[in-house]
Formats: sequence, C-alpha cells, structure tokens
Amino acid sequence: MNIFSKITNNKFIKKLTKDKFVFISLVILVFLYLSIAFAGFFAPYGKMFSDRRLSYAPPSKIFVIDQHGKLSLPYTYNFKRSFNPETFQMDFQLDRSHKYYLKFFSQGDEYKIFNLIPSKTHLVKVNSPGRLFLLGSDINGRDVFSRLFYGGQISLTIGFLALLISFPIGLLYGGIAGYFGGAVDNIMMRIAEAIMSIPGFYLLISLAAILPANMTSIQRFTLITVILAFIGWAGLSRVVRGMVLSIKNQEFVEAAKAIGASPMRIITKHILPQTASYVIVAITLSVPGYILAESGLSFLGLGIQQPDASWGNMLKEAQEYINVLYRPWLLTPGFLIFIAVLAFNLVGDAVRDILDPKSRARR
Amino acid sequence: MSIPIYILKRILQAIPLVIIVSIMSFIIIKLSPIDPLAELKLNPAISPQVLQSEKQRLGLDLPVYKQYFNWAGNFVKGDLGVSTSGEKVSDRLMERIPNTLLLTIAVIIVTWLVAIPLGIYSALNWKSPFDRFLTVISSMGMAVPTFFFALLLLIFAVKTGWFPVGGLTSVGFENFNPVHKFFDVVHHLILPVTVLATASLAGLQRQMRGNLLDVLESDYVKMARAKGLPENKVIYKHAVRNAINPMVTLFGFEFASLLSGAALTEFVLQYPGLGRLMLEAVMKSDMNLVMASLIIGTLMLIAGNLIADILLKFVDPRVSLD
Repeated sequence: MNIFSKITNNKFIKKLTKDKFVFISLVILVFLYLSIAFAGFFAPYGKMFSDRRLSYAPPSKIFVIDQHGKLSLPYTYNFKRSFNPETFQMDFQLDRSHKYYLKFFSQGDEYKIFNLIPSKTHLVKVNSPGRLFLLGSDINGRDVFSRLFYGGQISLTIGFLALLISFPIGLLYGGIAGYFGGAVDNIMMRIAEAIMSIPGFYLLISLAAILPANMTSIQRFTLITVILAFIGWAGLSRVVRGMVLSIKNQEFVEAAKAIGASPMRIITKHILPQTASYVIVAITLSVPGYILAESGLSFLGLGIQQPDASWGNMLKEAQEYINVLYRPWLLTPGFLIFIAVLAFNLVGDAVRDILDPKSRARR
Repeated sequence: MSIPIYILKRILQAIPLVIIVSIMSFIIIKLSPIDPLAELKLNPAISPQVLQSEKQRLGLDLPVYKQYFNWAGNFVKGDLGVSTSGEKVSDRLMERIPNTLLLTIAVIIVTWLVAIPLGIYSALNWKSPFDRFLTVISSMGMAVPTFFFALLLLIFAVKTGWFPVGGLTSVGFENFNPVHKFFDVVHHLILPVTVLATASLAGLQRQMRGNLLDVLESDYVKMARAKGLPENKVIYKHAVRNAINPMVTLFGFEFASLLSGAALTEFVLQYPGLGRLMLEAVMKSDMNLVMASLIIGTLMLIAGNLIADILLKFVDPRVSLD
C-alpha cells in the first residue's frame, strides 16, 4: 500500500474530508504550504530583486493574440513611465517596441530550495530587461507576486513556531500548577491571570516596541515569535490546570505515585497525555490567531521589517488610502491572509467536532 | 452574598492582579533600550540643569525597585507623569477613554441586537439554506483581519463619499444643535462599528445557535411541549431564556477582545480612541503614556469581566455569587 492511499484510508482524515468546505480548505492549505515551500521556484524574481525605475507599475498585461490578430505564444510588453502634467501622476504606457515572451522552467535569479539545494529554475519569467509583474510592483519596484510567496514563508510559519514555544510552556505550567495545588497553584495562576488581563494587543505592541532597532532579520523573526508565544501560553495553561485538577485524582495517577514516580514524570508522562485531544483542537484553532497577530503587528511596522516580506508589512503601503485607490493590487496580501485564516478556521472546527463531540457546534 | 459585598470582594481580588500587571509592565518599560530623556536631551532649549532636575524627579539614578515604588505612589495619587509632547498623561487618557468606551458599547449593542436574533433564527431553521448561508458568512466574518476590513471600508468611504473619514465629529461640531450633534457622532461611528461588529458578530451568532440547539433538546423543553404549550411560548419563554445565559459570560470576553481589536481599527480609521493613543505612544516611544495605557486597559478589562458576572446574576437567578 503506498503512502497516499494510507493517508486517504485513515479514519480521521476520512471524517475530516467528508464536509466539502473542509475538504476545499485542506486543499487550499496544502496548496499554500507547497507554494511557500517552493517559493523560489514559483516566484519569477528573487528576494532582493527591485527595479526602482518601475515603482508602482501596474500588473503586466499578457497577450496571446498578437497585433496581426493571430494566436501567439504568451508575451508581454514593458511599461514606459511618464509624468502626466495634467493629473500630476505617473502614467504607465505599454512600450510596444519589443515583445518579451514568457519563458517557462527557464533559468533566472538563484535561490535555495528549503535553504539547502541551490537552483535557478523558475516556473515562469521573461528575459531582462523585460519585466513580468503579474500583480504589479510596490514603491521600490519589487514584484508583488514574488513577494507574496516570500511573505507567506514568514506569515504562515510564524504561527506554528510560536505554538511550538507557547504550548509546551502552557502545558507544563498548567500541569505543575494543577498537580501541586495549594499555594503553588495560587501564585502561578495569579501570574497567568495577570498576563491574561492585559488587553492582548496592547501587550503585543509594547513588547514589540522594546525590541532594539539594529537586529538582523533572523533575530527579529525569532523575537517576534517569542513575543507571540508569550501572549498565548497563559490562556492554555489555565484550561490545562483545570483538566489536571480532575485527572490527578484518578487511579492511574495513584498507581504511578505508588510505584514511586517523580512528580515531573507523573505530570509529563501520565497526566498531560490525557489532555491530548483538547490540545490538538486548541492548536488548530489558535493558528489563525497567531497569523492575524503577526500580520497586524507587521502592518503597523512593529513586526517583520523591510526588506523582508510578510503579508502584514506588504499591506503597510496600503495604509495610505490614496495609494490603494490608484494601486488596488497592493491589497492582495490581505486577501491571502483572509483565505488562510478562513481555511484554518474551517479545518479547526472540523477537528474539534471529531475529537471533542461534546462541544459540537452543529453544522 | 449581596451584590455590593460581591463587588467589593471582586475589587479586593483585583488589587493583587493590578499590582502584578503594573510590575510586569514596569519591567517591560525598563527593558526598553529607549532613554526616556532622549527627547529632552535633543532639545537645545533645555539646559543641563533642567535635565538634571527632571532626572531626579523621575528617579532615574535610583535602583529599579525604588523607581517602581515612586511610580506606583504617583499613579495611586493620579499623577501619571508627562508625555513627550509635554502634556499630562492623565489629561490625554481622559480625553480618549470616553471615545473608546462609546465605540465599545456601540459595538456590543449592535452585535447583540443582530447576533441574537440571527442565532435564534438559524437554530430554529437548522440546516435550512439560510442557516447554511449564515454559517458561511459568519466563518468569513471571523476570518477577515480587522485592519484589512477597515482598509476596504475606508476605500469604500473615500470612493462613495458617504461616510466621513477619521475623527468622531465634523468641523464646527460645537455649533450644532443637540440632534444634529447626535447624528453627526452616529455618522462617524458607522464605519468603526461595522468593522468591529463584523468580527464579534460571527462568534456570537454561532454561540447562540449552538446554545439554543442544545437547549431545544433538553428535557424541560420536551416537557413544555408535551404539556401542550404553544410553540412560541416554548421557544421564547423557556428555550431562549436559558440559551442566553451562557452568552452573558461571553460579554466579558467580548469586552476584552474589543479593547484589543479596536486598536488596529482605530488606527486605520483614525478614530480618536485609547487604542490609537497607545499605538502612537508606542511608536513615539512615549513610555509614560504606554505604561499608563497598559494599566488603564487592564483596569477596563477587569471591570468588563466584573460587569459580565453581575449581569449574569441578574438574568439567571440560579447563579450564586461567591
């Protein structure tokens, strides 16, 4: 039996894909993650590409019928920028002197697949000095379409990385508080409650604001992840504590104590695994929250910084509504955030319905 | 336990919470690499003597714990320090808090007025096309980032010119008559309320639908039907009243998420609220203002939860306050 049929025969996956909305969501998520995994291949341009002469160029027009009315291989024209003295704006006109044919699977900017394997092959590109801006360009003349892929790499992974930090902490914290009870529990829970009672976004921006300005992009990415995790663990630890309070009186815990297992062993090996189904549900339902938090933070300029792309900081240029009126393509990252969050929400709800039938929000 | 004693007890419980929050935010501010006197140092009109006295007033040469006690003492007395622009922090907060409260309350009223009837309707017409449609719409409402939605509405407002952009009042507001004043504020509130209500509407509608579906299956509803009560009475007197109770607890959460969510919306739509003040303070590294906003936000959140608990007592007499 090959892996694919193994996955499709899995009972859990079968239940999950029964609903057509959930199935579509899963397909979208797989598609999104594949495209960010191979971002360098799908993006026509590299991370650092920019053509300052073409800032705010509109999307390239692709022609398949040439000037003689005959069918042709797809080609595009470059834009010529000129200042219009009547409207005081930059006008972009097609420069019809030279055709640039779209080239598939040809060599372009170098990138690394999974940061390891160097490659130069791109899905589609045009030869320089032709420019292929499928979704227009931003203020620095960078290709918005390419940056959507690179931005997705950050926006779609930062949530999972933050979960990897916040969930172990939340689980352990709640486990210890619930297991030991008494004064330990009291003090630990007061601290968790204090974090929960600061409005989340206020805490987020004040933490992001104290990050020093002169950091490398890797450092900044790591610290933003840590900050997101810091906001998220307290709520989880409270729920886990509640569950531990009821689990710790069960017989198997007594048995483990009788054998002489240490408290840490009992908490991590015997009690916390019992919370697994709740934790899985909580994880799937909290990913969208992290994605939204990161995009909000970067939108304000407090998260991921230029020249790195994230869907949030790409939207930053759209803050000026005048900008958006003339350049609607700047809004595309927002639609991607919306689609990703919607897909995660639908899958999360379905996972909850399967693993936690009691809290079923019936469809 | 009577309600006044309960409120008193809750306030007493909140005190350690606020102290922990204030210590935490003080540590955050102290971790900041930003020099609180940087603005003053850059100003050539400020003499070194003034700088020195300001340093002593803020106690920057004292150990950190003493600085905290200084700050906390001043906070209790109502002295929140001076913002970088030289205004009193307390004045700026006082100017913004009513606006944020107004926005939050307007959003809560709108969401409840819309979400509860929709929730009841979908539960009663479970799996009907309209119910499915609402489920899809509510999923979408939950997924759209508030700042993005605000941006879209802003563009809509600019293009059509139907709604004012930014602020809470029009030019010449002082000279309007009261009715005109009221409608002017409402006109300015429509966009921010739409953004924030869309986000919380979806969750509330789903919750109401789920609750009512659960209640409709309970024994006492079957009993009410069995004894021949008209369906209207069964639903509105027995089922809905019980399904609404858990929603009141949500009120507290809603208040919390509104305070947070409002910040981005206020920023995009240029609404003069606490969230935007806080954001601007963070960006200008106005630490006195950031610190005060954090504490005030926390106090509002705690108050919101307390109000939710007391409301629950009023709607559900079975709840005991202890």
